[in-house]
Amino acid sequence: MSERSTSFQIPYIAWLDADGKPLSKDLPAVASNRARMVELFKTMLFTRVFDTKSIALQRTGKLGTYASCLGHEAAHVAIGAAMRPEDCLAPSYREYAAQFMRGVKPRDVLMYWGGDERGNDFSGPAHDFSWCVPISTQCLHAAGSALAFKLRKEPRVAVSICGDGGSSKSDFYAAINAAGAWKLPYVGVIVNNQWAISVPRTMQTGAPTLAQKGLAGGLACVQVDGNDLIAVLDVVEKAITRARAGEGGSVIEAVTYRLGDHTTADDARRYRGEEEVKAAWKREPMIRMRNWLTAQGWWSEVEETAWNEECGKQVDVEINAYLESKVQPVEAMFDYLHADMPADVAAQRAQAMAIDAARSAAAPRS
Amino acid sequence: MSAITLIEAITQALAWEMTHDPSVVVLGEDVGVNGGVFRATAGLQEKFGAGRVLDTPLDETMIAGLTVGLAAQGMKPVAESQFDGFVYPMVDHLICHAARLRYRTRGRMHCPMVLRVPWGGGIRAPEHHSEANESIFTNVPGLRVVMPSSPARAYGLLLAAIRDPDPVIFFEPKRIYRQYKEEVPDDGEALPLDVCYVLRDGTDLTLVTWGAQVKETLEAAEVLERDGISAEVIDVATLKPLDFGTIAESVARTGRCVIVHEAAKTAGFGAEIAARLAEESMYDLVAPVERVTGYDTHIPLFRLEMKYLPSVERIVAAAKRAMASS
Repeated sequence: MSERSTSFQIPYIAWLDADGKPLSKDLPAVASNRARMVELFKTMLFTRVFDTKSIALQRTGKLGTYASCLGHEAAHVAIGAAMRPEDCLAPSYREYAAQFMRGVKPRDVLMYWGGDERGNDFSGPAHDFSWCVPISTQCLHAAGSALAFKLRKEPRVAVSICGDGGSSKSDFYAAINAAGAWKLPYVGVIVNNQWAISVPRTMQTGAPTLAQKGLAGGLACVQVDGNDLIAVLDVVEKAITRARAGEGGSVIEAVTYRLGDHTTADDARRYRGEEEVKAAWKREPMIRMRNWLTAQGWWSEVEETAWNEECGKQVDVEINAYLESKVQPVEAMFDYLHADMPADVAAQRAQAMAIDAARSAAAPRS
Repeated sequence: MSAITLIEAITQALAWEMTHDPSVVVLGEDVGVNGGVFRATAGLQEKFGAGRVLDTPLDETMIAGLTVGLAAQGMKPVAESQFDGFVYPMVDHLICHAARLRYRTRGRMHCPMVLRVPWGGGIRAPEHHSEANESIFTNVPGLRVVMPSSPARAYGLLLAAIRDPDPVIFFEPKRIYRQYKEEVPDDGEALPLDVCYVLRDGTDLTLVTWGAQVKETLEAAEVLERDGISAEVIDVATLKPLDFGTIAESVARTGRCVIVHEAAKTAGFGAEIAARLAEESMYDLVAPVERVTGYDTHIPLFRLEMKYLPSVERIVAAAKRAMASS
């Protein structure tokens, strides 16, 4: 008999250890840009302040269900930072930092979780997709966008973000299959935070890595320490550059940990142990970046205190903008259904407006 | 100009629009070199290239999701679901995204796509190739549901569907794909969506139908004519949004209505029309509304399928029941 085998490797990339010590002497070029490194760390800090305040808003009844991004800050910031404005981001529903990097405002996020569609009409790029709750369907929308870019010969890249649970969905596999079959400018990032609500990563798949799923589609696959900003930025930038050059798509698994509950409607204490979470806090992304920047002489405790205070003020401005926004008029639920309003919809719109007007007349709002 | 069949009218409309709008792309399984299993896209890849007519991997979920992505980025994709029974994996993208994109983004994005679905039974096809599942989609806000019943309407309505800035599911009654030919000028003239088409004027009762059942319904009207009963025949054509005004106006004159459709009876689209008649035309009616439909079973495999589909006899019998009561 003759036997031939094809073998693959999934590299795992990390540049800083959990305490911020470089794992090798020569960090990638991205790390030498002081202003950029500081700027990205500041966005990580900003995002954490935003996240903390958003949870508090929900707890005090001023926000609907909210999906926390606690612990994901490095991965999310890096993805946003690696993209160009003309690229297309298709997120799931907690990658706020990636969106902040692209111009989405905290008030947009709050509007969305605050029950107002206008959050989806956000301040970021008009071609970016909004939050996607149905799990990994956004991967195919990114692949479809990448297909549009390729057909039109535009040097643009589409990036989707899903979770470890999301990598089980048929849509995820369909996206990598499409990206491979057409060699699309597509980068699929799996932010593996170990938990899909209550189901651990080990129950999602027998595959030793999630990155390797991209091999089935013929994509470049890499695992990266998702708590290491430098590593994620380096890996995602390379994948995007490669995609933009027409060399094909990638799957990147950013390994991190969901330090918070799935959403504010969840209580993770029901299904996971404190020890695991405690251990994860030692690897969280802020510590290493803070330590590394400080060791470079690029950051200090004083600066961080001042910046956190500034973040609090900025986030409060955003929160106030959200809280002070007026509820949409009742007819808004009809006005964006079609470009041209069908007669039946127009009739129901008039009916809803009349009911609303009668209600307001009976009990005028103060 | 030569006479063409309904399926040829589909091809003609696709070719016209691809010629005149570079953002139109066709995608689906076997739509390229093979020209589609029903030949709807025959010759298009040869003419427009593999960058405009895309054979996809075999995955309906993928086709639907890519279509949403393409449309969101300014293309006008016309996707094909090879058969009606294969449309279900596409439903998530149609409902959660295509039909919702304009709405949820307050108009920031929209989804100008068409999903073509060869539809319905009566062609002795294998299982899952004969489904009349249009009513599922009529309950989806933001989605237009269109079904032509002649070569001319297939051409004009498909052009309109592609040009519509919002998503359209376009059901093609495959049983009458090649039923007859008619002259269809290739002039790029679209027909209006959102209106019913009165195919035959009548004074005694109104027959309302769509898709392949137009054939049996028109035949039934002929039979009734011989018995001295004058039946008006309305092709609904766009099920959602429904042009109820045309139906109501007709029933106001005739006082009787028989609704004919191939799909199962319960919560079939006939139920919506009957409900609207009860709400808005009650005092015009002189007889109970009749529905002639498929039964509340799955469509059987083809040895029995013609006994499932509404027949001329069943339509005529329902019409006569309606005429008998007053």
